[in-house]
Amino acid sequence: MSGHSTYQPQGKLAKWIDSRLPILTLMNAQAIDFPTPRNLNYFWTFGAILMMMLVVQIITGIVLAMHYTANTELAFASVEKIMRDVNFGWLLRYMHANGASMFFIAVYIHIFRGLYYGSYKAPREILWMLGVVIFLLMMATAFMGYVLPWGQMSFWGATVITNLFSAIPLVGESIVQWLWGGFSVANPTLNRFFALHYLLPFMIVGVVILHIWALHVPGNNNPTGVSVKSGQDTVPFHPYITVKDMFAMVVFLLFFGWFLFYIPNYMGHADNYIPADPLVTPAHIVPEWYFLPFYAILRAVPSKLGGVIAMFGAIAILFFLPWLDTSKVRSGAFRPLFRQFFWVFAIVCVFLGWLGAQPAEGIYVVLARIAMAYYFAYFIIILPVLGLVERTKPLPASITESVLGKKSGGGAQPAGSTAAPQDKG
Amino acid sequence: MLVTRKKPMIVRLSLALAAGLAGALMMGAGTPATAAGGEAPHIPREDWSFSGPFGSYDPGQLQRGFKVYQQVCAACHSLEFVAIRTLASPSGPYFSDAAVKVIASEYTVEDGPDDSGEMFEREARPSDHFPAPFPNQQAARAANGGAYPPDLSLIAKARAAHAGFPTFVFDALTQYQEAGPDYLHALLTHYEEPPEDVTLAPGMYYNTAFLSGNQIAMPPPLSDGLVEYSDGAPETVDQYSRDVSAFLMWAAEPKLEARKQTGMRVMLFLLVFAGLLYFTKRKIWSNVEH
Repeated sequence: MSGHSTYQPQGKLAKWIDSRLPILTLMNAQAIDFPTPRNLNYFWTFGAILMMMLVVQIITGIVLAMHYTANTELAFASVEKIMRDVNFGWLLRYMHANGASMFFIAVYIHIFRGLYYGSYKAPREILWMLGVVIFLLMMATAFMGYVLPWGQMSFWGATVITNLFSAIPLVGESIVQWLWGGFSVANPTLNRFFALHYLLPFMIVGVVILHIWALHVPGNNNPTGVSVKSGQDTVPFHPYITVKDMFAMVVFLLFFGWFLFYIPNYMGHADNYIPADPLVTPAHIVPEWYFLPFYAILRAVPSKLGGVIAMFGAIAILFFLPWLDTSKVRSGAFRPLFRQFFWVFAIVCVFLGWLGAQPAEGIYVVLARIAMAYYFAYFIIILPVLGLVERTKPLPASITESVLGKKSGGGAQPAGSTAAPQDKG
Repeated sequence: MLVTRKKPMIVRLSLALAAGLAGALMMGAGTPATAAGGEAPHIPREDWSFSGPFGSYDPGQLQRGFKVYQQVCAACHSLEFVAIRTLASPSGPYFSDAAVKVIASEYTVEDGPDDSGEMFEREARPSDHFPAPFPNQQAARAANGGAYPPDLSLIAKARAAHAGFPTFVFDALTQYQEAGPDYLHALLTHYEEPPEDVTLAPGMYYNTAFLSGNQIAMPPPLSDGLVEYSDGAPETVDQYSRDVSAFLMWAAEPKLEARKQTGMRVMLFLLVFAGLLYFTKRKIWSNVEH
């Protein structure tokens, strides 16, 4: 999809630079002229929103790191110092803590958009898999970030999660001690978590670049799932997509601001305002909300090793999704049966999240097992079978046809409705 | 046009499955709410001056609350993250600088080592934090029958009654963020005589609001008329606990007013900016059917 650009650098300096390092040509082709389907809906703005959130997290995180002390004796107090004595420290810390939640809200919408519109299907398999890698990196980063304030949930969350690795036969115990840097979660653990929490976001940046690269080869999927067939189906990235993304980003910031300024502790857990105490176990150890569906799956399996395998399997299965879904039709909009199973899947995921916050006993465990069964069945049974038996709705011949057909109520092209949108307007 | 026809078997099957699952989900969502209702203490939600988007602390209330803390709570509870100087904060208790100096001078802190290598005691300065009543946790436990009186700097954010579904959804919409002070107020006002079937462990007191069971090691700290108020506010347990809960909320969240005021400016800016971007977007896209 690249290479459509006819950009020639104009100024003397621009020509000088571009002939040595064609970065201006590159940026022009990828961020200005890049042909983008004209029918993208607002679910396609979450990529830009996620880029914004990554930048917000990195900037606030770097400044916080200038004031934070990664030592079990001092960490909690250093966070309080940030909240009380550092200029706008409260803003930085609340922005970073709530920003993590916002990041996950955006990424979950982004992932479910991909699931619904079949954005993982050929030729976008690598794009999808890179996305899963980013998701994994995000989870690791967020988990380690939550440990840094060294509150009760930090400590006990770290204890529970690192202990999962002890389920690995033979080498489990050694791996856990290696992760801890000792025989329990303690100062060496906090130190390495801080180092990794600083490192991983930059690895995310690296994979994001690959993710965008893999996106810009086939170009965006779109709500019809029909591939771009001609220039008429697309608009240049700038100004069409840039202005739309910016609008969506600002609306998202309003949502972010609601939590950040008015209910900054809503997403957190009260116990994390109690300094870590290895001798006192909290009544309920719960991870951050964005891990709850996976936490529910972990606890739904009676054996420890089984639970760990199920939990990691729940994410690992996403890597195989492009080959599990056998349907040739990408978009859920033309798959009436798929659509029902998809929405049940979405509800099941939210339900699993709710279950993850409940105690692992009685009816909750039974419900978690049912929900988990559906989660895996969706990938292993439903999607492969659906592709073979489902009668899909007829696809539009092109994106342009679907857009114009929708507007005029028929199939005819109204005169003058397309002012060659592929050219810059 | 899609021709309506009899739905094939598999469609009906999937619909039934979806409906069944949805039903199971709703059942699941309903059961625990009723199951948990009997055990969890009910924490009434109070009116606070600092709730809502325009909320701010009432300096008079915080000054009264500080007095209650100083004369009652401070006997056992530390306030280690709070610097005495912050009592002068205009978005806090707003004591005068002179008053803060007097308050500081009433405390003694350990300093040193001096030139001869000895630690010494001196009068506290406003820049000092509140000194703890006990030298360490062990001493605190020893003096309190084995129970540790927690530090109160963050207590108003470190305690919250569990809000289940769907309450927690409404809490986000109504900006409910006062679970801490609500709980503290409830705890201080819900000391009761134990029912006949309950035998208290030695040194424990019965409290229906206490989150970890009904038995608490802290004796009822407040009684009517215990602290003298100079501003005419009622000298009742209810008023004391209200005031000290507000004070502890400020101690835990001293930048609340700055946060809400900054928030309003940011939100208004974003709202206008979003509006401008919306119309810009419409103008740019006006020549493209999409």
